[in-house]
Amino acid sequence: MTIASPSAARPSPLLATLKHARYVISDNPVTGLAFGMALVLVVCALLGPYIVPHDPYASNTAMALKPPSATYWFGTDQLGRDIFSRVIVATRLDLGIAVCSVALVFAAGGIAGIASGFFGGWTDRIIGRISDTIMAFPLFVLAMGIVAALGNTVTNIVIATAIINFPLYVRVARSEAQVRRQAGFVQAARLTGNSEWRILLTQILPNIMPIMMVQMSLTMGYAILNAAGLSFIGLGVRPPTAEWGIMVAEGATYIISGEWWIALFPGLSLMFAVFCFNLLGDGLRDIVDPQRRT
Amino acid sequence: MLKLITSRLLIAIPSLIGVVIVTFLLTRVLPGDTAAYFAGPAATPQAIAEIKTKLGLDKPLIIQFGDYVGALAKGDLGTSLSTGQPVITEITNRLPASAELTLSGLILALVIAIPFGIAAAVKQGSWVDHSCRILTTAGVSLPVFFTGLLLVYLFYFRLGWAPAPLGRLDAFAMAPDTVTGFYLIDTLIAGDVETFRAALAQLVIPALTLAIFALAPIARMTRASMLAVLSSEFVRTARAAGLTPWKVIIVYAFRNAMLPVVTTLGMVFSFLLGANVLVEKVFAWPGIGSYAVEALITSDFAPVQGFVLAMAILYVLLNLMIDIAYGIIDPRARSEA
Amino acid sequence: MQIAIHRLKNGHFLISGANGAARIVGQAVDLPNNLDIQGVGTNVPGYEASWNCYDRLITHPMKTVNGTPYYDRDKFEGQLAEDMNVGDMSVTFKLKSTAKFQDGTPVTAKDVKWSLDRAVTVGGFPTFQMKAGSLEKAEQFVVVDDRTVRVDFIRKDRLTIPDLAVIVPSIYNSELVKKNATAQDPWGLEYTKQNTVGSGPYKVVKWTPGTEVVYERNENWVGGVPKMKRIIWRMVPSSGNRRALLERGDADISYDLPNKDFVELKESGKLTIISTPYSNGLQYMGMNVTKPPFDNPKVRLAMAYAMPYQKIMDAVLFGLSKPMFGAPADAKTEVAWPQPTKYVTDLAKAKALLAEAGYPNGFETDISFDLGFAGINEPLCVLVQESLAQIGIKTTINKIPGANWRTELNKKTMPMFTNVFSGWLDYPEYFFFWCYHGANSVFNTMSYQSKAMDTFIDGARAAAAIGDKAAYDTDIKGMVDLAFADVPRIPLFQPYVNVAMQKNVSGYEYWFHRRLNYATLQKG
Repeated sequence: MTIASPSAARPSPLLATLKHARYVISDNPVTGLAFGMALVLVVCALLGPYIVPHDPYASNTAMALKPPSATYWFGTDQLGRDIFSRVIVATRLDLGIAVCSVALVFAAGGIAGIASGFFGGWTDRIIGRISDTIMAFPLFVLAMGIVAALGNTVTNIVIATAIINFPLYVRVARSEAQVRRQAGFVQAARLTGNSEWRILLTQILPNIMPIMMVQMSLTMGYAILNAAGLSFIGLGVRPPTAEWGIMVAEGATYIISGEWWIALFPGLSLMFAVFCFNLLGDGLRDIVDPQRRT
Repeated sequence: MLKLITSRLLIAIPSLIGVVIVTFLLTRVLPGDTAAYFAGPAATPQAIAEIKTKLGLDKPLIIQFGDYVGALAKGDLGTSLSTGQPVITEITNRLPASAELTLSGLILALVIAIPFGIAAAVKQGSWVDHSCRILTTAGVSLPVFFTGLLLVYLFYFRLGWAPAPLGRLDAFAMAPDTVTGFYLIDTLIAGDVETFRAALAQLVIPALTLAIFALAPIARMTRASMLAVLSSEFVRTARAAGLTPWKVIIVYAFRNAMLPVVTTLGMVFSFLLGANVLVEKVFAWPGIGSYAVEALITSDFAPVQGFVLAMAILYVLLNLMIDIAYGIIDPRARSEA
Repeated sequence: MQIAIHRLKNGHFLISGANGAARIVGQAVDLPNNLDIQGVGTNVPGYEASWNCYDRLITHPMKTVNGTPYYDRDKFEGQLAEDMNVGDMSVTFKLKSTAKFQDGTPVTAKDVKWSLDRAVTVGGFPTFQMKAGSLEKAEQFVVVDDRTVRVDFIRKDRLTIPDLAVIVPSIYNSELVKKNATAQDPWGLEYTKQNTVGSGPYKVVKWTPGTEVVYERNENWVGGVPKMKRIIWRMVPSSGNRRALLERGDADISYDLPNKDFVELKESGKLTIISTPYSNGLQYMGMNVTKPPFDNPKVRLAMAYAMPYQKIMDAVLFGLSKPMFGAPADAKTEVAWPQPTKYVTDLAKAKALLAEAGYPNGFETDISFDLGFAGINEPLCVLVQESLAQIGIKTTINKIPGANWRTELNKKTMPMFTNVFSGWLDYPEYFFFWCYHGANSVFNTMSYQSKAMDTFIDGARAAAAIGDKAAYDTDIKGMVDLAFADVPRIPLFQPYVNVAMQKNVSGYEYWFHRRLNYATLQKG
């Protein structure tokens, strides 16, 4: 929302958006809540390693599998590591995976989509075919295949997650760009001698940013779930790295035997984060949705 | 209508070709030497080379691709190395299991989510709207494998309400004769109520797991589309004409609001097929998702390729069905096509 | 199989229902991909199908070890044979006149020769296994008359007779297979993949790969009528679900659940739990001795002192394994395998040794493990990583998918890794030949080369063949001492085969292949 929009088309959109945002947040407490939750997540991601009560990687076999207590708020796992500390420290990695994959797909899918909508013709056809092909795969299986083929690393999880979200971004960016292709401010820019690519980057892109932000917030949640799913089947990060998905997968074997806390807390954190991004996406959509704005 | 179907099918061909190429390449760069895996633990390099030749893995990639496409044209998807069966029979045997589960999950989700969405739209901004949004968003925020395990723990282990998560039927029940491959339908055709109940009991928890995941997009789309319709001219006119609010909502608004919901279903179905993979793993469901995961992990090319191809075809057909359904609901779409 | 590199995956097995109906629940990877052990790429569950559907000429009688029936390695009894005569360079078997295949035709000497010819000819694992007992050529198997077969020795080898009692030399209904063989497939491998055509206690009546296998008993089995009428295997991939099934009584027997579950089920007292150490098997931490830093024996010694042995026993294994470390300082080397080393966790000593070796500040390396056994391997490697960090060694943990593990082992490039090795034939020299000999088999994962070691191993094999006990004992002690002094691989523990059964289930027997023997199982 902070990206300056060109003022040729509308008067002071930034100020209007901010005002509207305040209105929406006060109008919709759920969105306010989501912003609060996001703040908690960001704090954990930035400060996590400095604020946790225990070393998240230090094993203590004497204290293995202890239920939540005053010392270990979320209990301990099989190796006696503090689950609370691990859950907090994992925030950085999980958010990192999500942010990177979303940034990557935004850069690739967003630009491809805008170009597709703006130029039309062969550009549109080729990009359309590529994203149709990706869409024809069961997406989670495609992600599995990519990670299995490229290797078991965080980078590859990021790439796989970006690839499966590619068609979504193309579709949104394309339809938004198409609408604005012949808009007054674009025509004006053309008349003043700007090149097509320049118009695309300086006029169209900033204009569709709000819609893309909504999309990014929604796919953040999906990206986290996707990484967790990959971890669950063993295609995840390397041990002993703390990551919510793999912690749930490890804890899953203990649920039946009564050690519910091992899977529950990372599972809840996962849910908390995805929930937060989904609500945030909804809230942002309300903010940028013109129908709601009137 | 026929023209619509042909044109849609023609459009799908390039992406199907893309799928075949991508899948082939992807499976060939998978790590793990299939030949070494199947040559046994103590294989000599010579034995591995023999198996390589037997499987045609020593030929150049382009020739392997040619062989693959040639076989494909004859309907031969190859043989799975880990189960030892032709892929085509495995897929046809397992596809109904996955389809039955996914469709049940989808129907369950529709039954829950549409009233939710309508209520949220009618009472826009109220606590109903907010709690509806929070509940469905919470559902889509839960990893399906986690939901599945929690439900098994609760309903099978703690409460004992659900049967053991052992696939489609209890070990002592006999599978019905295959007509559609859907146990719920086949048992009814056979008039075997007892097996019908057994199959239904097995289906409830996994279908619920999927449904919880699918609530959000359906409820959200229903709400949004209801909101748009409710503020439109004809609804206002109907209201002004003094029709009861109930009648306005169900007869006028809802029917028109269904269109965007139907279009979303295609996306939701594809989304569920992906989630299905993990659900099948948790519930030992003998579908194609669990089959593909096992194959991927053992670098068993043929089933992975067959699975992806089957899914892609399914997806194309599904979208076609949605287009047709769209045409039936909205006559305008038919004539425009 | 002489070499079972894979520890059994969590398989569940249950028998329930009235009238001796029985069912088994196992994991996906635990179902057969082929019902014939002589087929191409048959997996371990497929071995179990072969074991229970076919007979062999001879088998082992039972003895009792710690209250559990346990196969007697040193004794043999006829299964299809009623009589076995060992000569100087051959052994002669006389077939039982009552032995019949499941289609009712009698088992003849021709069937035996055809089956053994097939085992040594088809290539791949079965042929390799036969070779381990010096059974290499079809000419070695001679039909004397319709009910008599002679096996000629090509050399004296103590393992020849035991090798005839493993799963591979199963006897097939040769006429039936030949009828279904084709020109491309003269041994009928495609047919036996789908059909069990033996004389064994059970036959497969339904096989849905990856989902279910149903066995039914052979009423006319030469060994008497098996107790259970049906045995059904089902796939249950989640270990939590498997435990729940067992606890709620839907499952009757289960083996290889996570150790923790076994310990808790044992404490609960609701089930019978039997734990038996893997015969001739152990889990170890291996190091590639051809490359620095592990080419330096001092570094390897330091590693042996840096392993968190007891932590692994407690937190990873929940005590359900036999420690292979910490023998008393004055303990004498035994003529047995596996046996514990004298190493204990001593980080100060490890650090000093590292400094002596020229790595006072440690080094960086990778630890790899097979993802297929992540339940044990992952926490184990995490503990090792933590322990090594304390002496300055930085490690990265590599999870290798099961499909890739064998390929990686074959390459012999992993610097450090954990793995299990166990042999079907329970003889120390046999283990050492595969794991430590300079012939550098796949299982010498460390690429260890030592002239002295080769001399001990070859010596022990030669002594065993002629029954020279004194020379044999000296060589075995020599190889064990050398393996522990040079430590190319650090023994950690001897895993257990754990079986949990409902109280009304009995008849479990421990066999060298560690799979279930259906014929003796019973319920109620």
